[in-house]
Amino acid sequence: MEALSLPAALSLVAGGGAGLSPELRAALGASLPLLQRDYRFERVWFWGCIQGVRGAYYIAQGLGPDRAAPRSRLYSLNCLDWSLLTPATEEMLALAEEVKGRFQGDPSFEYSLAEINPEAAARLVQSGKEPVMKEEARLIATIEQIDRAVGIVPRGAFVKTPLGSVHENRHFEGLSLAEAKKLSSYFHFTEPTNLKNKTLLEKADLDPSTDFLNSLEHDIPQGKGSWSIQLEKGGSVVVLRSLLWLGLTFYHVPMTKQFGYVYFGTGEKNLDLPFML
Amino acid sequence: EGGHGPYQPHEPGYGLDQPAYSPYEDEIPDAQARMLAIKNAKAYLLKTSTKSGLNLYDHFATILTKILDEQPENTVDIIETISQDVKWAQFRKKMDTLRDEHLIPPTFEAAEKCKALFVKEAGEEEHEELDEEMGEPALPNVMETAFYFEQAGIGLSKDECYYIFLAFKNLITVQPIQTCRFWGKILGLEMNYIIAEVQLREGEEEEERGEEEEETVAEEEKEMGEGEEDEEQKEKEPEPPKSTYKPPPEIPKEANGTGTNKYVYFVCNEPGKPWVKLPPVTPAQIVCARQIKKFFTGRLDAPIVSFPPFPGNEANYLRAQIARISAGTHVSPTGFYQFPEDEEEEEGGDTYEENPEFEPPPVAEMVESLAMWAHHVKGILKQGRCVWINPAQKSEEDEEEGEEEEEEEEEEHQEETGQPLLTLISEDEGMKNIPAWTAQASTNLIPEYSIAILQSNRWPGAYAFASGRKFENIYFGWGHKYSPESHTPALPPPAEAEFPIEPGITEAADPTVEEELAFKAAQEEALAEAEEEEEEEGEDD
Repeated sequence: MEALSLPAALSLVAGGGAGLSPELRAALGASLPLLQRDYRFERVWFWGCIQGVRGAYYIAQGLGPDRAAPRSRLYSLNCLDWSLLTPATEEMLALAEEVKGRFQGDPSFEYSLAEINPEAAARLVQSGKEPVMKEEARLIATIEQIDRAVGIVPRGAFVKTPLGSVHENRHFEGLSLAEAKKLSSYFHFTEPTNLKNKTLLEKADLDPSTDFLNSLEHDIPQGKGSWSIQLEKGGSVVVLRSLLWLGLTFYHVPMTKQFGYVYFGTGEKNLDLPFML
Repeated sequence: EGGHGPYQPHEPGYGLDQPAYSPYEDEIPDAQARMLAIKNAKAYLLKTSTKSGLNLYDHFATILTKILDEQPENTVDIIETISQDVKWAQFRKKMDTLRDEHLIPPTFEAAEKCKALFVKEAGEEEHEELDEEMGEPALPNVMETAFYFEQAGIGLSKDECYYIFLAFKNLITVQPIQTCRFWGKILGLEMNYIIAEVQLREGEEEEERGEEEEETVAEEEKEMGEGEEDEEQKEKEPEPPKSTYKPPPEIPKEANGTGTNKYVYFVCNEPGKPWVKLPPVTPAQIVCARQIKKFFTGRLDAPIVSFPPFPGNEANYLRAQIARISAGTHVSPTGFYQFPEDEEEEEGGDTYEENPEFEPPPVAEMVESLAMWAHHVKGILKQGRCVWINPAQKSEEDEEEGEEEEEEEEEEHQEETGQPLLTLISEDEGMKNIPAWTAQASTNLIPEYSIAILQSNRWPGAYAFASGRKFENIYFGWGHKYSPESHTPALPPPAEAEFPIEPGITEAADPTVEEELAFKAAQEEALAEAEEEEEEEGEDD
């Protein structure tokens, strides 16, 4: 969520019971603008918080002029001192899938891969590295996975210019109440994968400047989907909660420009989803 | 040029075929000709479209007026959308001669309900007098609890908390309640649940039990009546083989006011909606709830489709999860509660009372050592109850009806013991390398006003805080237990064994041809001997 609208946004997301203490909110209000100044970001988003067993990680994202470019991610243990995270690599993502269980809360903690996945450990040893995975790397990979899987925006909020870069749509007035209840009005904010698979009939209705992303309709599992849509306060706020990554909450106030998502959770994928629906 | 002429003066296009008169030339030196070209261009722009009734001239005029009024930045980039919007606005105004029906979005209905919460009822004054007689106020101070939990970043928004506060007030005026507490909020797919933990005043519970007993007696009488009719019918027809399967005896649920049914729970979907009472929980439901993992939909009458099949609907599943969470995560500072001194300390003691001599330890100690916290809700045994009961005792009633042979097949049930009440939480087992609880102080910057916060790792979403003499437990989450491994559903039971072996259906090898011939020869010999004997006897006579 936008750093500037953080207080209002947090109260809209609080339906799940997770939030920030007043101390942390005040700290964020002071440190996020400083981040923007130091790193020359155009926008700073507060991404959320991953609860470890002994401590929590608070994550912020900085965006440049092209909103779809890879984002810079920073983490902090106290919302005051931020450290930049390196971008995620495919190798990190593959290793992070193997590591299960809670985060420990200590960025230098090392997961011993020899216990978890001996093959990967052997490969690492061959290439000259130690068969461990640092918690920091797992953190990077988890944030990237969550963003790719469940980072969503409303339809029409972002436009793609003919040059390929993505900007906020200044003409976006918000979804109407009827549109806000449908899963097809929301897009994943990542590289689209199934746009090419759509039939020509479907593509004819699409507007290439706004419909350049995957919509949520086709999320597995089909039918009920992996999202819970709720209208709170009788429809003045629409809240989407992801069932795949429990803790990700997206909010949007219909007919206004306010929207955003935040993650408050343990950083573990809910692999039991098919059994739970 | 020269292909369409000559034009008559009254026709449009007159004079255009002359050089220097066409509107497509950049410069028209002659002033009169220029004016004519401008008029022609304007006439073209004013041409009304056959489809929409608009014309380009007015459209451009509206767009430019709008742009000059609003003066947005980088207009050239959004000019197409501005044009679309103007067209859209025009279209709506012109075509609708009827006024739109005034749609009332659900937003306003919900606001009405919330407003109703704020209205004070007429009979308020009488209730206030009653409360004074009762002594302690039954209404929990939800806002105070919310303030403490907010220090840890846990809790709902202040508005929602206040609506819940008012909803509790309504609950107390409607139901005969002795004590009441905000238990927490469980999220669901379509709607959420707000849960109140309540103890009813004593007279009310007995009335309910009486109703339940009457219902079960009536059902049994009906069954007896039907059984007699069936027996008459059965005598006429040959009976199919009866199944020898005897289901395990049903474990009775605990009485209201003890064990898992110590408290009564009311739920509502949103503050403002009516409160619904959840039924008491049975041990079978708890045992089954341990084996399944399902999201709540938000509708209490939704069926639970699962394996093993859950005995009940979503209201029962919700109640079972509430019982499990309460038993696993309700804690208080050690020493706050004590066993009453009058009673003998039994292993199965269920009652506790506040310790008047409790000295709250400092926050730093509460955070460092988990031994400063204790469970004040009895744990649930594997059987599904807090107090173990031997199901074999109940089968004495069945002796009269059942056969004697079946008694010997019953297994011996081992008595289960759980941890006694008021166990310290430092004895809770962790999972793999994760401790069962995480303790933190709410702030490190201002230690004199910080409070101790406990988070449960076994039930993510269960929190507890303690500050001086005040403490509270709460739950915000999806209602499921944390398991490091993925959930594996129970396998179906193995297929039933074949029917018991009886002589009539035992397989035996068919006799070979030689054996048959030998048998036939032996029979003929026996027949022949018998005939000879008869003939001899006949001769004797």
